[in-house]
Amino acid sequence: MSEAAALDGGRPDEKAGLTTRLVCWWTIFRIALEERLAYRGDFALGTLMRFLPIITQIFLWWAIFESIDGDLVGYSFPDMVAYYLLSMLGRAFSSMPGLASTIAKQIRDGELKKFLVQPIDLIGFFLLGRVAHKLAYYTISTLPFALVFYLCRDYFTDGWPSAYVMTMFCFSLILAFLLGFFMDLCIGLIGFWFLEVSSLLFIYMLFNFFLSGHMFPLDLLPSGIQAAVSCLPFKYLAYLPAAIFLGKIDSELLWIEMTTEVLWLVILICVARLLYGRGLRRYSGYGG
Amino acid sequence: MPIIEINNLSKSYRVYQKREGLLASIRGLFHREYRDVHAVRDVSLSVDKGEFVAFLGPNGAGKTTTLKLLSGVIYPTGGSASVMGYTPWVRENAYRRKFALVMGQKNQLWWDLPAQESFRLHQQIYRIDQRDFQSTLDELTELLDVSELLSRPVRELSLGERMKMELIAALLHSPEVLFLDEPTIGLDVVAQHNIQQFLRYYQEQRGITILLTSHYMKDIAALCKRVVVITDGTIKFDGSLAGVIDSFSGTKLVRLQLADRQSADGLEQFAEVESVELPKVTLRCEKSAVTKTLATVLQKYEVEDVSVEDPPLEEVIADLYATGAATEQATQEVSR
Repeated sequence: MSEAAALDGGRPDEKAGLTTRLVCWWTIFRIALEERLAYRGDFALGTLMRFLPIITQIFLWWAIFESIDGDLVGYSFPDMVAYYLLSMLGRAFSSMPGLASTIAKQIRDGELKKFLVQPIDLIGFFLLGRVAHKLAYYTISTLPFALVFYLCRDYFTDGWPSAYVMTMFCFSLILAFLLGFFMDLCIGLIGFWFLEVSSLLFIYMLFNFFLSGHMFPLDLLPSGIQAAVSCLPFKYLAYLPAAIFLGKIDSELLWIEMTTEVLWLVILICVARLLYGRGLRRYSGYGG
Repeated sequence: MPIIEINNLSKSYRVYQKREGLLASIRGLFHREYRDVHAVRDVSLSVDKGEFVAFLGPNGAGKTTTLKLLSGVIYPTGGSASVMGYTPWVRENAYRRKFALVMGQKNQLWWDLPAQESFRLHQQIYRIDQRDFQSTLDELTELLDVSELLSRPVRELSLGERMKMELIAALLHSPEVLFLDEPTIGLDVVAQHNIQQFLRYYQEQRGITILLTSHYMKDIAALCKRVVVITDGTIKFDGSLAGVIDSFSGTKLVRLQLADRQSADGLEQFAEVESVELPKVTLRCEKSAVTKTLATVLQKYEVEDVSVEDPPLEEVIADLYATGAATEQATQEVSR
């Protein structure tokens, strides 16, 4: 450590109490939330528009089940609608609209500089901003979500799951949020090398859409492919929460899945940190 | 002991050389030519506490890159630097709490929120005590006369008002070292003047160390006793503003007021004639030849008044930039 820093009484960072940190986090969170709500009209409209595909998707499944006249790999039509709605909920936690592209843009046009000179941890800062972003989204979307679930209540043929399953379901949603955040963050940080990540992001979204189980339950895949997809982290973003809720995963497997998910999260956090550290060494602080 | 010490600092970038046209773009997909750009080469500099130093140089000379290196935003390719005992690019929080960077071309405040909110965030990030925060904020807003604008969204402020807010945000944590990258760019004369006055007052009061880059000679003349001229990534001059003229201008301007009916014919034999607006004539001659030329002219012509002046600063600087650019071109050609 340098001389001046030693005179300073070591790193003030470590001396700062938990309260100070919490207040700081709270302020970052509050301001990010306020910013989110600055354009309330656009924000509300954008949030509500995301509910439109639900109707078309339900009609699509209806048409499919009409034509096959029976079950689809253990899913009846009501099961499928229930699965679809639950996977929507998972996506509401795990999708990160604009995260990767914003980070890449900030790298490209040099806006990142303003964060780099401040005594903050950038990844933590982005995470807080995203939590605020999500909460703002939930405040607006809770009512429509509740309405949709209420209208479709008859499709949930097994009723409410047990408290234990509910707890695991909530837990899996939180993990889905973190996993989704770090996956998107990694794509954004690749911007240190490529500057433009939109094509990469497109490929990622495409994989995400099919392999997370957003498009259809992963059980529908042929067993060979299913095994391969099961090794990827995408399934935790939509399929797993829905499958937990619908009781499709027995309790032993549930623990294995949850542990693997946490491991994936740890791996992605490490990858993000590595990309960030390496990327900064390459960074040339573009533009002015 | 110097507060900023830079030793042989270098930064080079690899840039992709794209030739013009679609065909070249397609070729660029398979094979790319790169060229090394040496933005900063072997710069050594030492700045004492409380100095107000200006970096002067044409666009792309390496001024901003030097500031970026000192703020730890980018890593150098070689050399070392120490600011207040810290190595900037290690980016220790302790260091980041003690300096600030203001970029005239970049916005650091939250665009859609009132500046007050950004200030509040800075208070938390920099862990500023509530009492200190309030008194600093009151002082700064009063000095810059922006108290009424605190609750207006930043996007609705004028460029000058926004720049003032940027300065407040940067100074809230009372940094000991301040880096200003073209803080008055694009501002009108009044706003430029306000910011100059503020900076001078604040620097004198607090005795902080400021490094500034600017293209406005007025900024520099008003604020900085020391000027560092950078062209082509290297330091060409380090000294006082007056010293720039002494070192870089080989000529002086001799202004004559000729007597009535005295013609200016024949003056060109003694010195280069800059302008003739009878009865006023301006000559340019080599510094070393001033006394001799003047003596001859005074002998041969009827002169009522005479003055010898340095050429205007802007002109000297422009010449200096032009020479820098010329040498750069020459070195590039050699390296090809």
